[in-house]
Amino acid sequence: MTPATTPETAPAHAPASAPVLDVRDLDVSFGDVPAVRGVSFEVRPGEVLGVVGESGSGKSVTASAIMGLLPSSARVSGSVRLHGRELVGARDKELNALRGRAMSMVFQDPLSALTPVYRVGDQIAEAVRVHQRVTKEQALVKAVSLLDLVGIPHPAERALAFPHEFSGGMRQRAMIAMAIANDPDLVICDEPTTALDVTIQAQVLEVLKKARDETGAAIIMITHDLGVVAGLADRVLVMYAGRPVEVGTVDDVYYRPRMPYTVGLLRSIPRVDRGAQRRLEPIEGSPPSPAALPPGCPFAPRCPLHVAACDEAEPPLFETGPGHLAACIRWEDEAASEAEAAEAEEAEKETQAPAEAEEAREAERAVEAAVPRGEPVLRVEGLVKDYPLLRGAVFKRRVGTVHAVAGISFAIREGETLGLVGESGCGKTTTLLEILELARPQRGRVVVFGHDTARLGPAERMAIRRDMQVVFQDPLASLDPRMTVHDVVAEPLRTHGLGDSGRRVAELLTLVGLAPEHAERYPQDFSGGQRQRIGIARALALEPRLLVLDEPVSALDVSIQAGVINLLASLKVRLGLSYLFVAHDLAVVRHIADRVAVMYLGRIAEIGAVDAVYDAPAHPYTQALLSAIPLPDPARERSRRRILLEGDLPSPAHPPSGCRFRTRCPKFRTVLTEDERVLCVEAEPDVLPVGEPAGDQGAACHYAEQLDVVQPRRNSR
Amino acid sequence: MTLPEEEVAEELTPGVPGRGPRRAPSRGRVVVRRFLGSRQGAAGLAVLVVMFLLAFAGPLLSPWSYTDRDFTAFLQPPSASHWFGTLQTGADVYAVTLRGMQKSLIVGLLAALVSTALAALVGAFAGYFPGWADRTLTWLTDLLLVLPAFLILAIMSPVFGEGTWALFVLMLALFLWMVTSKIVRSMTVSLKRREFIQAARFMGVRPVTIIFRHVLPNLSSLLIVDATLNVSAAILTETSLSYFGFGIQPPDVSFGTLIADGSKTAVYAPWTFWFVAGLLVVTVLAVNLVGDALRDAFDPTSTRPR
Repeated sequence: MTPATTPETAPAHAPASAPVLDVRDLDVSFGDVPAVRGVSFEVRPGEVLGVVGESGSGKSVTASAIMGLLPSSARVSGSVRLHGRELVGARDKELNALRGRAMSMVFQDPLSALTPVYRVGDQIAEAVRVHQRVTKEQALVKAVSLLDLVGIPHPAERALAFPHEFSGGMRQRAMIAMAIANDPDLVICDEPTTALDVTIQAQVLEVLKKARDETGAAIIMITHDLGVVAGLADRVLVMYAGRPVEVGTVDDVYYRPRMPYTVGLLRSIPRVDRGAQRRLEPIEGSPPSPAALPPGCPFAPRCPLHVAACDEAEPPLFETGPGHLAACIRWEDEAASEAEAAEAEEAEKETQAPAEAEEAREAERAVEAAVPRGEPVLRVEGLVKDYPLLRGAVFKRRVGTVHAVAGISFAIREGETLGLVGESGCGKTTTLLEILELARPQRGRVVVFGHDTARLGPAERMAIRRDMQVVFQDPLASLDPRMTVHDVVAEPLRTHGLGDSGRRVAELLTLVGLAPEHAERYPQDFSGGQRQRIGIARALALEPRLLVLDEPVSALDVSIQAGVINLLASLKVRLGLSYLFVAHDLAVVRHIADRVAVMYLGRIAEIGAVDAVYDAPAHPYTQALLSAIPLPDPARERSRRRILLEGDLPSPAHPPSGCRFRTRCPKFRTVLTEDERVLCVEAEPDVLPVGEPAGDQGAACHYAEQLDVVQPRRNSR
Repeated sequence: MTLPEEEVAEELTPGVPGRGPRRAPSRGRVVVRRFLGSRQGAAGLAVLVVMFLLAFAGPLLSPWSYTDRDFTAFLQPPSASHWFGTLQTGADVYAVTLRGMQKSLIVGLLAALVSTALAALVGAFAGYFPGWADRTLTWLTDLLLVLPAFLILAIMSPVFGEGTWALFVLMLALFLWMVTSKIVRSMTVSLKRREFIQAARFMGVRPVTIIFRHVLPNLSSLLIVDATLNVSAAILTETSLSYFGFGIQPPDVSFGTLIADGSKTAVYAPWTFWFVAGLLVVTVLAVNLVGDALRDAFDPTSTRPR
């Protein structure tokens, strides 16, 4: 995993000037509950500092404390100096003069950060006028040029639009424009891309880089996504339980982590560039509650390197290398074990790789022998779902049609996992609901366990419901808050007349790694990962054959997510389940799925075996999607070439003629000749097989061509 | 928290020893235990039981019945023979009050329960089943909302003679439920989109079962608060009807008629008023205590220890 040290380890944008922001021993507590404990760092002009941590680690509170935006109930101590000026305890008036001018912030949710009743241009102009003596007209001109800078097409027209007329990505661009309106020295971005799709995230990150280059501002990038930080940040600060536990340059933290938590985080992220064979290594347990921290190192209860000394006192930050700090008393052991592991891995790669591959193949054969392949548990043929677009309060008129799903086909065989991926609005959830509904589809066929849903009697439908279960995205929303865990898990048993025995429920809870005593608690009393396990236990209660999973891990923190993915993988093998796995996260799908179908605007763009699609995507959309996913690997992230898609997803009410992807297709725009384009505009491509040994990979592109976008080393272009 | 795979596999082997079939901790049991475990709820319930006992067993202790008149004692303060004193007519306040309490407790509690149940059912069904069910039920709700309730009750009051109190309760309830039902309907519409309802649907649970198992329990806070408020509302409506001479007719009495009469003499003969008023306050208070405790017991987010 550790490549040779890259020559440009030193950050490109770190001139040896005085720090813009200097934070020393910052403490924030709400009542008796500490939220941030002893955070110290500094940011220099033009530098990007990544602050990484799971939810509840205190990263957003740190940002609010710097901006002075905490509620008055928060007690802040320590020192925050902006250009040497103390901000902690400063009066609101002083802070107001600085906020927006010397430092500004980009929030996670761009819709709630923009005022809905003012035009976007006016809001940006207002940000300018607050701090600069300019006329209204001058400010508006400036606003338009800012919108142009952040890459909004037709900025003069769009400046007159209201926030709700902007898409999520455009709103976030507008927020960035507002943040850099007064040439601030410091921009704090609080999870700026979390609410966005991957291709839009890639666009916004580019805009942030551009903004940094234009203004020379320092950026504090707060995120939970280690991939986002890898490509953007110069230095990284890892937070856990309100404290920084590791600080260092991006390369130090990613390649030579000294704190077991960082190591665990890096190992638990699913990556697009790694196949399913490698099991993820989840961090045991869940983060401590800030109100009840363990006595010693807060990470000790979850730490694989835990020794008795860890519980004695909270470890300070040790200097483990130049500019690299880690809060672990065993950092030297970690360094040693890392060297060993690297060696072992090298050796393993050389000697055992063929043997392992052989083993894997054998296991695969065994699986193939055990379950009769070929018999599809679920077959979807030409499924179509439209929604009418109605207008008017009393007399509803149909003013259009939303083509949510426009003719998709796929099949899942017994014991197989099909990943259905795509960005929001591509119709994957609609597809899933259509299947779960078990009714006659608008057009096309859905065949479940050999039964066509259009010809199902009530008894048959009930029988199928028993064999097909669902796990939803938000574990809290999918569990009735007014039911005990026992009732939740026993509900399917009761519904299908199997009685609710406490014994079976206890068995199921044990199966998903919970204790049987948990049965009498309510879903609220559990952490996110545990709740999702309850959801899985409920789905498994009737011993189904097919499990439909709707983004089952996207609401969970990285370290928890890995545990749930592993659980799903092992349950599949143990109980011989088939999965339909709907997700927007391609990395997760790579880990769990056997085959993958990529959806774009209601149609399948590409379908095939996971390794084939990820290693050699043939559809330009799949290529762009895969290249947009940030890898938690700084060196490769820096050398990677992104295929940036322009613009946003077209409205499914007015899909483009011919190929639906052509409006954003980089190939259509740059590679194809005028004559070749005619076909794209006129004919909608069907999914056709691609690849040399015509396997089951197929792409819906007239000019499909396989291209490796994940591994830049083998990249041909 | 999570068990390693091997351990899980071991646990799964058939016949896990040492773990007998525990009583399944279903919602019903947890709610009852939490309700009885709260001091408020237990106290409120105890007071209500005492009130019922007093209302129905109390009259047996006194030699006077509510129809008797003591012509030797008009408007006398409490004494050994008349524990709560007497009215201007010579009627024993103790006997009359308890008789009034019988009526008011039954009318109040029943009318509240019936109206809340009606609101919950109509609202939930209208919200859950769009289309003609929704339209019919909404139309019915709106119709009852625009009818002048007091007028109809007044016109129909001659029918509520002796022994037809059940009809009276029904009529009272019939005019109390509409507003709550509208709230329930809109909350059901938004609840229906929640994932746990979807999950139940895809599991094969029948719609009516979903309403009773998922929708109504999730509205329980609203419904319980509504029911407790309706108890006082029903007692007060009955009181005001009786005050105007409708509702409970003489010689029968209710809290309403008693308070109406007592308020005239309250200044110089406080016993004619304060006993009735006190019992009314205690009743409503007890009902509110029970309602609060019930709401907390149903609500898993309440911080009360369970």
